[in-house]
Amino acid sequence: MSPLLSVRDLRVRFRTMGPLKALATGVRQPFIDAVCGVSFELRKGETLGLVGESGSGKSTVARAIMGLRPPTSGSIAFEGQEITGLSPAERKLYLRRMAMMFQDPIGSLSPRLTVRSLLMEPFHIHGMKDRDAATEADRLLGLVGLPADFGRRYPHQLSGGQARRVGVARALALDPNLIVADEPTAGLDVSVQGEVLNLLARLQDQLGIAILIITHNLNVVRHITDRMAIMYLGRFVEVGPTEHIFRQPRHPYTEALLSANPEPDPDAVIDRIEIKGEVPSLLKRPSGCEFHTRCRYAREMCAKVFPEPSQSGSDPAHSFKCHFPLEGRWQRAERSLVSPTV
Amino acid sequence: MEDVEAIRTAAQDRHDTGRLASFLRQLGKDPLGILGAILVVAMVATALLAPLIITHDPTRIMVGPRLAPPSLDFLMGTDQLGRDTFSRVIMGGRIALLVAFASLGSSLTVGLLLGLIAGFGPRWLDSFLLLVFDTVRSFPVIIFALAIVALLGPSLTSVIFVVAVTSVPIYARVVRTQAHALRNSEFVEAERCMGASTLRILAVHVLPNVIGPLLILVSMDVPLVITLEAGLSFLGMGVRPPTPDWGAILSDGYGYIHKTAWLVIAGGIPIVVTTLGFTFLGEALRDIFDPKLRKDL
Amino acid sequence: MMPGVINQHSSGAPLLRVRGLDLDFGSPRGRVHALRGVSLDVSAGEVVGIVGESGSGKSTLAYTLMGLLAENAEVTGGEILFEGRDLLRMAPAARRDLLGNRLSMIFQDPMTGLNPVRTIERQMIDAQHHQPGSRREKRDRAVAMLARVGIPDPQSRIGGYPHEFSGGMRQRICIAMALLVRPALLIADEPTTALDATLEVQIIHLLKDLQKEIGCSILFVSHHLGTVAELCDQVAVMYAGEVIEHGPVRDIFRNPAHPYTRALLECDPGRIRQKTRLLPTIPGEVPGLVGSQRGCIFRQRCGYAFAPCADERPAEYSVGAAQGARCHLLAPTSGVPA
Repeated sequence: MSPLLSVRDLRVRFRTMGPLKALATGVRQPFIDAVCGVSFELRKGETLGLVGESGSGKSTVARAIMGLRPPTSGSIAFEGQEITGLSPAERKLYLRRMAMMFQDPIGSLSPRLTVRSLLMEPFHIHGMKDRDAATEADRLLGLVGLPADFGRRYPHQLSGGQARRVGVARALALDPNLIVADEPTAGLDVSVQGEVLNLLARLQDQLGIAILIITHNLNVVRHITDRMAIMYLGRFVEVGPTEHIFRQPRHPYTEALLSANPEPDPDAVIDRIEIKGEVPSLLKRPSGCEFHTRCRYAREMCAKVFPEPSQSGSDPAHSFKCHFPLEGRWQRAERSLVSPTV
Repeated sequence: MEDVEAIRTAAQDRHDTGRLASFLRQLGKDPLGILGAILVVAMVATALLAPLIITHDPTRIMVGPRLAPPSLDFLMGTDQLGRDTFSRVIMGGRIALLVAFASLGSSLTVGLLLGLIAGFGPRWLDSFLLLVFDTVRSFPVIIFALAIVALLGPSLTSVIFVVAVTSVPIYARVVRTQAHALRNSEFVEAERCMGASTLRILAVHVLPNVIGPLLILVSMDVPLVITLEAGLSFLGMGVRPPTPDWGAILSDGYGYIHKTAWLVIAGGIPIVVTTLGFTFLGEALRDIFDPKLRKDL
Repeated sequence: MMPGVINQHSSGAPLLRVRGLDLDFGSPRGRVHALRGVSLDVSAGEVVGIVGESGSGKSTLAYTLMGLLAENAEVTGGEILFEGRDLLRMAPAARRDLLGNRLSMIFQDPMTGLNPVRTIERQMIDAQHHQPGSRREKRDRAVAMLARVGIPDPQSRIGGYPHEFSGGMRQRICIAMALLVRPALLIADEPTTALDATLEVQIIHLLKDLQKEIGCSILFVSHHLGTVAELCDQVAVMYAGEVIEHGPVRDIFRNPAHPYTRALLECDPGRIRQKTRLLPTIPGEVPGLVGSQRGCIFRQRCGYAFAPCADERPAEYSVGAAQGARCHLLAPTSGVPA
């Protein structure tokens, strides 16, 4: 079966200054590569997690797929059809079948529209009549478990969790095959976060939607994704089945991220790995392996040679870019993943 | 942080009351706002009903009393030609409002349009339009008015034209800045992701967010325009006699101020009252709709 | 540091003692009771965490302690004893004297605590206005502190403006500035929430080390159970304006007594050891706090609610040696198994 979404060598380049200023200041490359050769596939009904810190380019990947940022090069195929470089009219056709959820639950809702009109938006855009759109809006409210009288509220009168439900409802409006969710639980309390994720999971089971979830929250990734990809400076450094990666991370950056993911247990947190320094600027990419400046296992070779992707022996679907991949099971991951009954 | 919590609770409490009701309740809390609203309503009503209110034909030159003080027959006295000042003041209100609404209405429309184009269009167009706005704005209004009057001759149209052209850049800039900020907001991106066209985004999502602050600006500009119109007429560059006009009344009164002060008072009071009315109302609107603006201005 | 001050308080009363604090916000619909009967102790040299979700009043409490409150806020009862003196009944000048001296604060957004148009150097020298010493000495102390919090090349970077630093570096600068005066108590309001996970670890470790070096106490406000578990000695759990449970961190995380604490811990996906598709949640919403409250504040969302919960605000019952929770289930006479 061909994948629902196939991204090949995606690059997104941003200008850092205008051409005149670049000329005046003598900057040869007034660009940064926010996304730098990313490839992945997503199948029907599958959930893929994109994990990375701010500046890793994970949100840019999402925006490129939705057509909000034109890719500099590479290809994005959706349902077998190339979707880069389409005209607005052509894009509108495929936007019916994919939907995006944005980070800010309240800020991604048009502030002067009621919840009801917000839910009618997708139908209006795609040319449905007012009456039918209203019926659909009421159906959606019920689907995400909001009472009907919420239709009269404005976004600022909603709590984060409620606004997030409206966002989910809108994403589902046109029966999409793919939902791109950019930090769907950002700004939500833990007690509400579960509600939103469960809602997504339930709808995925019912409707067979594929989900691309972008998040920095590894706890969320562990429970709801099938596969995950770890991004650093616009590249995938490790990608594979979620359980594999949690059980045996091969890239030191993945290990550091897993370790930085604090477990609410006063006795479990003592062995956290602290990685040095901050994410380097995209303007000055480190040579060789781009993580070597912060890597605690870095050797001489790492600063010189860019690591090509290699496969994990046990599972060819698990690949990583590291000269000296980690061996052995990850301690904390093992303890938290393997339940006593297994 | 604590404000956020308090505000959210407050917002949730308010959710079932209508917008108009909540607006009126808030306006009711601002005594100057109420005063402003009353003055503005009174002024508009007077202008609309002017023909029913006036006691004499405002342009009829009477042979009898000239520069007469107020009396039961002539509520504000008469001018140097024996015309009834009260009737002229009342009819003059129509001119003032006509100029204000015609000029601000057209500059609002053009400013909104250009501002949206600059805010949502390509970068080069934005830069070009900004250059145009700044060029027009750097022209002193009076010099510009003199040039227009020299070209088109002194008339009501010239005044409206001058005001409209000089205020377009101000409104366009405000709209442009707001539109520019909204362009990259998540809710606009969300609409794009659903396939909404730029036109739809502008009309349904950007316009309603831009129009509020703009209307506040416009309402606070009304008195400026009325005084500008009066000023131009005072200088003889506005409406032609014998059309009744506040500026013209002032101008006449100025010439005879050593004989009677009534003309100047009669011409000045409506300008002051209108200015205060629109300013109070505009400030109240601003405080209600845009608390952020209050801090900035 | 004056050792005498520390000894005096470590031997007797705690450094900070909050008792029965009530605070209201005026709103168009009535008074919002944002804090109700909040009591809390912070002993010298101890890190106390305040955990709660949005609307729990945890940040309001932190801001109240610092005397940084919105105009529509009013403290209606209780006392805040800091080093034995009631902050609420102190002359404003005396209270101001404590701020940035005995009491410091760091914020979620580092830019809240930094002036964008002044150099770090000037801000750090000004921060020491309670301290003796020449300008030169103050600058040296500032440079040393910046080096201590991990700012590379502090001698030259100290002349920079806040916007020239990354978010993580800014938070480090805020910590340096707050601890420069060697306060007795540092109030940290979600200092790592805006940071990436790898930076969060760094900041938590830094705070932990500095706290030991300086010997100050920290009141650490957070919604993040993981960081609280890592950093704190004592924890107070807040819900809808009340402290519903408090105790040593290990007891709270291992043996939570209040149904809300239990539910909150269960919700954290980091604690669920087996991979699960459906995550636990707490159904319902935080109640509105307008008007007077009756009974237990958590009862609408509580799976264990029974008759007394609707009428009577639960008293605090002790669980074990140092742990306490406000729940009727813990009453010795209730007879219902907890």
